[in-house]
Amino acid sequence: MTSELDIFVGNTTLIDEDVYRLWLDGYSGLWGTVCGCRFGGAVVLDGRAGRARMSDAVALRVRSGILEQTGATAAVLQSDTMDHYRTFQMLERLLHAPPKLLHQLIFQIPPSRQALLIERYYAFDEAFVREVLGKKLSKGTKKDLDDISTKTGITLKSCRRQFDNFKRVFKVVEEMRGSLVDNIQQHFLLSDRLARDYAAIVFFANNRFETGKKKLQYLSFGDFAFCAELMIQNWTLGAVDPQADDMDMDLDKEFLQDLKELKVLVADKDLLDLHKSLVCTALRGKLGVFSEMEANFKNLSRGLVNVAAKLTHNKDVRDLFVDLVEKFVEPCRSDHWPLNDVRLFLNQYSASVHSLDGFRHQALWDRYMGTLRGCLLRLCHD
Amino acid sequence: MPGKLKVKIVAGRHLPVMDRASDLTDAFVEVKFGNTTFKTDVYLKSLNPQWNSEWFKFEVDDEDLQDEPLQITVLDHDTYSANDAIGKVYIDIDPLLYSEAATVISGWFPIYDTIHGIRGEINVVVKVDLFNDLNRFRQSSCGVKFFCTTSIPKCYRAVIIHGFVEELVVNEDPEYQWIDRIRTPRASNEARQRLISLMSGELQRKIGLKVLEMRGNAVVGYLQCFDLEGESGLVVRAIGTACTLDKLSSPAAFLPACNSPSKEMKEIPFNEDPNPNTHSSGPSTPLKNQTYSFSPSKSYSRQSSSSDTDLSLTPKTGMGSGSAGKEGGPFKALLRQQTQSALEQRGGSPHRFCRRREFPFFTLTAFPPGFLVHVGGVVSARSVKLLDRIHNPAFVGIMGNTRSYKLLDWNSFNSDEPETRDAWWAEIRQEIKSHAKALGCHAVVGYSESTSICEEVCILSASGTAAVLNPRFLQDGTVEGCLEQRLEENLPAGCGFCHIPYDELNMPFPAHLTYCYNCRKQKVPDVLFTTIDLPMDAAVIGKGCLIQARLCRLKKKAQAEANATAISNLLPFMEYEVHTQLMNKLKLKGMNALFGLRIQISVGENMLMGLASATGVYLAALPTPGGIQIAGKTPNDGSYEQHISHMQKKINDTIAKNKELYEINPPEISEEIIGSPIPEPRQRSRLLRSQSESSDEVTELDLSHGKKDAFVLEIDDTDAMEDVHSLLTDVPPPSGFYSCNTEIMPGINNWTSEIQMFTSVRVIRLSSLNLTNQALNKNFNDLCENLLKSLYFKLRSMIPCCLCHVNFTVSLPEDELIQVTVTAVAITFDKNQALQTTKTHAEKSLQRASTDNEELLQFPLELCSDALPSHPFPPAKEHLESASSNSGIPAAQRATSVDYSSFADRCSSWIELIKLKAQTIRRGSIKTTVTVEKASPVGEGNFRNRSSPPCANSTVGVVKMTPLSFIPGAKITKYLGIINMFFIRETTSLREEGGVSGFLHAFIAEVFAMVRAHVAALGGNAVVSYIMKQCVFMENPNKNQAQCLINVSGDAVVFVRESELEVVSTQQPAANCQPSCTGGEVTT
Repeated sequence: MTSELDIFVGNTTLIDEDVYRLWLDGYSGLWGTVCGCRFGGAVVLDGRAGRARMSDAVALRVRSGILEQTGATAAVLQSDTMDHYRTFQMLERLLHAPPKLLHQLIFQIPPSRQALLIERYYAFDEAFVREVLGKKLSKGTKKDLDDISTKTGITLKSCRRQFDNFKRVFKVVEEMRGSLVDNIQQHFLLSDRLARDYAAIVFFANNRFETGKKKLQYLSFGDFAFCAELMIQNWTLGAVDPQADDMDMDLDKEFLQDLKELKVLVADKDLLDLHKSLVCTALRGKLGVFSEMEANFKNLSRGLVNVAAKLTHNKDVRDLFVDLVEKFVEPCRSDHWPLNDVRLFLNQYSASVHSLDGFRHQALWDRYMGTLRGCLLRLCHD
Repeated sequence: MPGKLKVKIVAGRHLPVMDRASDLTDAFVEVKFGNTTFKTDVYLKSLNPQWNSEWFKFEVDDEDLQDEPLQITVLDHDTYSANDAIGKVYIDIDPLLYSEAATVISGWFPIYDTIHGIRGEINVVVKVDLFNDLNRFRQSSCGVKFFCTTSIPKCYRAVIIHGFVEELVVNEDPEYQWIDRIRTPRASNEARQRLISLMSGELQRKIGLKVLEMRGNAVVGYLQCFDLEGESGLVVRAIGTACTLDKLSSPAAFLPACNSPSKEMKEIPFNEDPNPNTHSSGPSTPLKNQTYSFSPSKSYSRQSSSSDTDLSLTPKTGMGSGSAGKEGGPFKALLRQQTQSALEQRGGSPHRFCRRREFPFFTLTAFPPGFLVHVGGVVSARSVKLLDRIHNPAFVGIMGNTRSYKLLDWNSFNSDEPETRDAWWAEIRQEIKSHAKALGCHAVVGYSESTSICEEVCILSASGTAAVLNPRFLQDGTVEGCLEQRLEENLPAGCGFCHIPYDELNMPFPAHLTYCYNCRKQKVPDVLFTTIDLPMDAAVIGKGCLIQARLCRLKKKAQAEANATAISNLLPFMEYEVHTQLMNKLKLKGMNALFGLRIQISVGENMLMGLASATGVYLAALPTPGGIQIAGKTPNDGSYEQHISHMQKKINDTIAKNKELYEINPPEISEEIIGSPIPEPRQRSRLLRSQSESSDEVTELDLSHGKKDAFVLEIDDTDAMEDVHSLLTDVPPPSGFYSCNTEIMPGINNWTSEIQMFTSVRVIRLSSLNLTNQALNKNFNDLCENLLKSLYFKLRSMIPCCLCHVNFTVSLPEDELIQVTVTAVAITFDKNQALQTTKTHAEKSLQRASTDNEELLQFPLELCSDALPSHPFPPAKEHLESASSNSGIPAAQRATSVDYSSFADRCSSWIELIKLKAQTIRRGSIKTTVTVEKASPVGEGNFRNRSSPPCANSTVGVVKMTPLSFIPGAKITKYLGIINMFFIRETTSLREEGGVSGFLHAFIAEVFAMVRAHVAALGGNAVVSYIMKQCVFMENPNKNQAQCLINVSGDAVVFVRESELEVVSTQQPAANCQPSCTGGEVTT
């Protein structure tokens, strides 16, 4: 007796969260794959496939103890898993354009469940996003997914889904006016938090910031997302002109050009000394690492200003985070600056410029340093 | 020329890409009705075209309106080659033809293609202007309402239940025409879909005509089926119960029936002999007790006038014999006679030109209180027929049927004639009728018919429950409440229907009778099998459960006559075994009655399958069932004896466990009180059936087990051993689950509102090696048990819940393939109150009356009914107008009587907020003018509710589906019409679509979607009495092909949650004293 066909269709589509997670994680629902092995590839859902072993997904469900809880058999579990997998596969097409999921008539799904489906579908793994953050979302990168899968232990199928999500969101919002987060939220119906994360991913992919270098490995996606948000708010076209095309995606070219003007802060010896004395006077006695700061001030200041001046070149824009870590985070770290001292220093460092009479680019400095200060504080951790 | 059909094509969305080059589509729409076609403009390069067409007008006969579906085809315009079809929508406009139902069909319909499935959606508005037709001899039957529900629909009252109506139409199957060899599969499928739609329409119209002839205005329990006979054609047949229904529109309608005002008489204006008393609209007077309408002289004269029938309805014992039981006897005879006269009266009335109603059958399974007097038992009949086209004289079928030409336009003459099929069914019905008569019953309730076809052999089956009915509902409104009063005096509620209708000294079969355990006055049988639902007032102990008997029998492959003979030889044995299994399982459960019994026998190439489902209950009126005794055949064998006793212990344990599980603990009654004056106290069953091939002789089957006690199981060979084992393998559902195949679960009455309707299909392939009956039985048993287990597992999140109306269908699509389809609904209930006893009937009816008082609020409620953001109701304003004209409540009040609904809740989920936002952006701005004074909380609630329409267009409204006739926790306020849809889906890329499972899964989901869309377009929010009548699946994996046909039906309704009703009813007075809230007005 073999089962040719086995289906269950509810008027309200049943969504099992646990099975959905397994499906999203790319575990095969098909009979006959080797347990524990992670196979990707399209799932052909045909009941006639061999049934010598349990599928990955079913094995995982068995391991969760569901059989004991419900008194079901493995065959029941397999049949249930396949039903859900088929449903998810049919839903996947709609999940690519979430507003379609809301309008479609084929599956009757309560709004809260629709939200869950969308949110989970667009959720991504930290490990995965760190691998592709800042990379071009192209076919080339897609070919590297095999390696990423091996490295991160995430199934290739799941990697593909996440990568395709990034790419899809990118393509849709790429040439759109208005706020990046809002656009993402409207077209993909994501929660606020997830939409912000996607904005960061899109922003990084567009500007191709390097995040994969070894010395950047200690940074989490959250760190980058935080920086991305600050940069989007202050350094993009949208920050000055809310009607600009691509406003939130591209950095404001004029602003980057202007940043060259900041060079005077380190090139002019008097200004540099004056700046240093202002900062030192203000911080004396307040900083645990005062002497180290005093000794290092010129190096640090030079580093920060040079980063700004170099941003005219695309190559240097990409290396922004590498530079920041090299020029600022690492020196601080080697001197064991406490985070609070970093904060005090950066505040004083940016504020003191206002007292430099010979410096005319106060607004430019604020736009640059305001964002950079936030980013640096976030980047300073172990 | 009595009708004008108007159609407007508004827009499309999510269309498929038809032009690969541009990734877009140049879509236009063809609207076809009858032979007239209109086209919209081509909307270039869009997947979301906005046609916004003019109103296309079709001027048509109402006959056509009833028969023809509206056909909407969406195409992609192509300048150089033929236009490509995207898909079609068939809209049945029947619901627009009767006044109380829908007024407009408007909404998004899935565009369906038989090869690709659903491809986008189209927004259509359909209206009908109907002119009054005064032609008495008209061919149409507009205005007759159809209900699939097998009880009196919730917001109606039955004035008269007229009786059985049936009809069938026959045509050649387009799939088997020569042209099918040259046309595409799509064209062939569409021809078939269209033909069946057309035939359904014609059938419905013809049934409607019969109802009009009977002076009825509705058909309840309408069941339409089609038989795919292959080469020999396509039969669409339908049965139903004609009724005169009265809409419960005012509280007055709730007063006892005898108070019913003259309005009722309007329904039967041509009544030849109206009882003058019924014209009085005053309350019932004692005088009326004497106005029995069955005045003997009259009825006898009628009887003679209709003496052409050889089948008198009077039972053999006759009235004069006097041998009827001591207490109830004379009365019973009287009753029988009355009812008989009632039936005869209608049938034999000379002024009616219609055919005599020969069959006192009722497709209803639940009845108004007092309707069912006694139940005799299940009656069934089967017949094996050879489908053969040769001896059908051509043309005969067309004669006298002026409209057949429509169905024959691709075929010069009809190859088949309905008369043959008619005769077959008439034969079977006659048999059922005589069985009922043998049981001392004059009527058959819970009646249904079915077929199973394999190649050229066809098994026709009919079954029902023999019963004695209260003539009050059968007569033309003459006998009013008086008789009921008498009945109530005589028959204690809760057990009356169990009392035997037949004469105990002249029993049709040996049975064990005892005095009723409830009233102790009349005799009852030891077990009762019925095909109806458990009567509302029946006294039940404990809960019920689903009981199934499953059986396979191998059969030699044979041709034609030989095959038919082989089958008819097997049938009685199958029936016998199915019956034995049912009986044993019932005993094992410690119960004594079966309701909703449905025995299905399916025929395949090399086997027969029997599947019986029923709901077992313990009726308080019937005696406690005895246990099951096992007897060994080989005595003096120690180990064998031990084995037997071990087995016996297991059985006893199971019975004890089941009694506990289903809470069966009847009060102890000492034997002396009951007594047993019956000469032959043998335990017998009352399942009467027969099979016949040639039908010249009715073979009565004695189902008693020879000379032995029926409940001694004899283990004389391995087969018997297997049987006992299989008895014990049925596992009870996991805790928190109950299941039944009736409408409601006996013993549970506190349903909560969550429902989940589902369809599950399984096909297994039997290994062709060493097929034996036992192996087959085991496979089949496992298949059903595993399927149930799967259902319990899937629905575990709903615990505590009950699977209701579990409907199994088994078919044998090919050699070695068994297909089982299950449709059911899971309903949650409140465990804490589960043990509460049912409220008394009086209380209930009082309550009902009070809720129905709120009928007045029906219209305002529809405005905000249950979270239907995208509810395709006509624009709010229009609705207000209709509401004011209908209910007479000033618009002002209504505007404020909106409930708070759960708008705030809904909005609290962020997805809604986003949607709102998205909508705003897309449209530029929301144009909503709301002028409501926010002084009162009522106004505020109003405001929030009113501002919802902008987002309303964006989500899809929830449409509930259920095979039950009600929705728990809600009140049905309006029936919008019958949904009867037929779909074909075919694929030539089976693997790519996910194999057979993927293909069928998608198709069933699509069918649900199309049903929901049609209901929503009618303005409804639920389908009740939903049934999947057919699911024929064929595959050819080698060719990578599969095809599936699905036929579904149900009643589209509007329901309102009871909780909302309360909110509104408390709000209503507040609104009355706040005229300041009058400004509630919306323009969108």
